[in-house]
Amino acid sequence: MLVFLVRRIVFGAAVLLGTSIITFLIAFVIPADPAVTMAGAKADPQTLATIRHQLDLDQPLYVQYARYLDRAVHGDLGRSYIRRESVTRLIASRFPATAVLALSAMAVSLVLGIAMGAVAAAYRGGATDNALLIFSLALVSMPVFWLGTMLLIAGGLYLRSFPLGGYSGPLSLVLPTLTLALGSAGYYSRVLHTNLAEEMDRDYVRTARGKGLSATSTMLKHAMANAMLPLVTLAGLDLAGLLSGVVLTETVFNWPGIGRLAFEAIFNLDIPLVMGTVLFSAFLIVVANLVVDLLYAWLDPRIRLSETV
Amino acid sequence: MNGRGFGKLEIAGAAMVLSLVIVAVFAPALAPHDPTRAVAATYGDPGAPSLAFPMGTDQLGRDVLSRIIYGARISLTVGVAAMAETIVIGVLIGLLSGFFGGSVDFLLMRFTDVMLTLPALLLAMAFVAILRPSLFSILLVIGLVSWTQVARVVRAETLSMSKRDFVLAARALGAPPARLITRHVLPNVLPIIIVMAALGTSSTLLLDAALSFLGLGVPPPTPTWGRMIEEATIYFRTAPWLAIFPGLAIFYAVLAFNLLGYGVLRARSR
Repeated sequence: MLVFLVRRIVFGAAVLLGTSIITFLIAFVIPADPAVTMAGAKADPQTLATIRHQLDLDQPLYVQYARYLDRAVHGDLGRSYIRRESVTRLIASRFPATAVLALSAMAVSLVLGIAMGAVAAAYRGGATDNALLIFSLALVSMPVFWLGTMLLIAGGLYLRSFPLGGYSGPLSLVLPTLTLALGSAGYYSRVLHTNLAEEMDRDYVRTARGKGLSATSTMLKHAMANAMLPLVTLAGLDLAGLLSGVVLTETVFNWPGIGRLAFEAIFNLDIPLVMGTVLFSAFLIVVANLVVDLLYAWLDPRIRLSETV
Repeated sequence: MNGRGFGKLEIAGAAMVLSLVIVAVFAPALAPHDPTRAVAATYGDPGAPSLAFPMGTDQLGRDVLSRIIYGARISLTVGVAAMAETIVIGVLIGLLSGFFGGSVDFLLMRFTDVMLTLPALLLAMAFVAILRPSLFSILLVIGLVSWTQVARVVRAETLSMSKRDFVLAARALGAPPARLITRHVLPNVLPIIIVMAALGTSSTLLLDAALSFLGLGVPPPTPTWGRMIEEATIYFRTAPWLAIFPGLAIFYAVLAFNLLGYGVLRARSR
């Protein structure tokens, strides 16, 4: 188990290193001069040279990268050119709003997705199954920003029950949560349905049925545990994606999260902030991958045993 | 597929895709008005749907229906071209990785892992912002950020194919790698590539619409569905139809490719 853990951590760190190199190269090709961004177009050459020196921009690329990496490892992602604030602090200040939305969306999509998938699998081949298949495909096919706008029109304007955007209390959470959750729920229900159908054809299920257990309790007590495993991976990675900010939903609902921060950074070509948000997102994905792998090994002894041999 | 005939899902999907292609190709004949010109007298104010303008008119007096019909051209072009790019990159990397294994596989797959870790939408936004939005830059960027899934699936499929007896037999007869890949492995990986292509188009369509909605789409005056929704957001209290209809168009197009992809996938696994 320890070998397994160490290997996964080294692997995750290597991926993160690769990600940081690519992010750095992208930032390097951005055709904006940071010194001009900070000092304005009319600044004299002396000032520009000073700023470039302060930012290490007069150093070779690999020196710049090494210094950036060194600071990043110590939790310092630089300062935003536009906002003149620490990138780490900016991300930290936006994280709570994003985290609340991410967790509530994940909870709703899992409950909805598992319920739909289980019901569809229980009525496999029937009209309910087909209706749920079409319904979940429809959910998956909706553009999030449009679904958000429609929910805003229906729930905020016509029903007048929900605020029209912003982050203010539990009620303001309802529409953005639904916007994010419905699509993933459709996806999860499909995945669960496929896995459940596969599990229900296995021998252990036939044995349980042969011993007189009803179809429903065979499914819930035996097949479900195995069919849910792949959902752990999906949900884990999706949660990391949600936690790193959701640009579209935050835009529609004027939600003060990391997604909006990244969006503004890209529009202003605010390089440290762009790199910071992208690296933060990659970091969450790598951590989620690690957690999911460990969780998997813990939930499923077959993986644990085959890996350590 | 598998000699068991086509199901209702993929037939419905194929018919919907066909209808989209017809609308895009015959847009000038089908659109009742010029999509870029003010045709309604209500200039400055969106006009509600009426007999003359079934989907209403926008804040500049342009016919929403005509704009949606012309919008199909951009959406389909970007969706299909970006998908083709995704497939080319993904299949190339997947085939090489799965066929040769060893260090080639290791390097290509670690690169894929890194690309999978980067947030696709942010990456696409950054690239398009750097390159400036245009039809070319958008489809280039969408392809560049979406090939990872294809590469992984093709690699897995290639790996299992390369170990089959008929490939081993061909190899024993002295067939060079290029011939083995193109003549023996690729044809057998093709079905899964077709499924990935259909499902891939639905995600490239969504990504294109999202970029457009964020102001990084094909620039005006060309009508795009995503930007129509973005422009409608300030009018959504008074003129919800401006957001409803273009969204339905995106929904229809994405659903069409999803039905096709899932249908074929399900038929294969039956």
